[in-house]
Amino acid sequence: MNSVGEACTELKREYDQCFNRWFAEKFLKGDRSGDPCTDSFRKYQRCVQKAIRDKDIPIDGVDFMGPSKDKPES
Amino acid sequence: MVKYFCNSADIRSTWDHVVSAFWQRYPNPFSTHVLTEDVVYREVTADHRLLSRRLLMKTNRLPRWAERLFPSGMSRFVYIIEDSIVDPVNRSLTTYTWNLNHTTLMSVEERCVFQDSAEQPATTQLRREAWISSSVYGFSRPIQEFGLARFKSNQVKAMKGLEYALSNIQGEVPQRLLRDTVKDASEKAKEAAKSLASAATVPQKPQQYV
Repeated sequence: MNSVGEACTELKREYDQCFNRWFAEKFLKGDRSGDPCTDSFRKYQRCVQKAIRDKDIPIDGVDFMGPSKDKPES
Repeated sequence: MVKYFCNSADIRSTWDHVVSAFWQRYPNPFSTHVLTEDVVYREVTADHRLLSRRLLMKTNRLPRWAERLFPSGMSRFVYIIEDSIVDPVNRSLTTYTWNLNHTTLMSVEERCVFQDSAEQPATTQLRREAWISSSVYGFSRPIQEFGLARFKSNQVKAMKGLEYALSNIQGEVPQRLLRDTVKDASEKAKEAAKSLASAATVPQKPQQYV
């Protein structure tokens, strides 16, 4: 799958591979021994955050789960 | 004016598989309209929940009559945010998705909760809610119908995409995994739509705007 930053797609793939393995083998099993993906995540983020700024994608200052705050649990 | 929908479905996979597949569902044969996918934020909280934000870029497939509502033009792409919380202790995945642009035409927000089915083993229950609104004056019937048709079509594609990812993980034939049990939710949706929206008939033949 492509990244919004054309130059970031390879970095994204590397990170995704690391994440998917860690997620299934460690995170879901309650293993809190630490995240092997911080390096690849940092490289990927440096690239993609720049692409987001360059393309003026209005993602800044959007609260996590933002619009859901005014919606009660069903 | 906001239209509200909810429904639920059973996915014949364990919650662990579903949550893993959630991260791996792009690309898939049903998501050709999704052009890019990026994780832009991620954090493991002190209580071991995983918070993530994904940014998706999708093609803007509007019929020409809708484009004419915006004479100065519209961006070719729709940007969508998907925020999610994975709680492996309570075994729930909650996602919240909404579009960042094109909101004047239509704002679509969707909340999904994936949890172990209380009734069936090795099955995950998905509860979905959506809020659709438009700032176009009058929220006219054609816009409503277009928006609803595309929303429902996208929901179907999303589920097929998830099935596809699950089958890759499990080595199963995709059709076996999904059984859509709409448990009296269509009744709920009709009631909610009636009370929230003006009388709008559900189109008999929803058009596909691909």
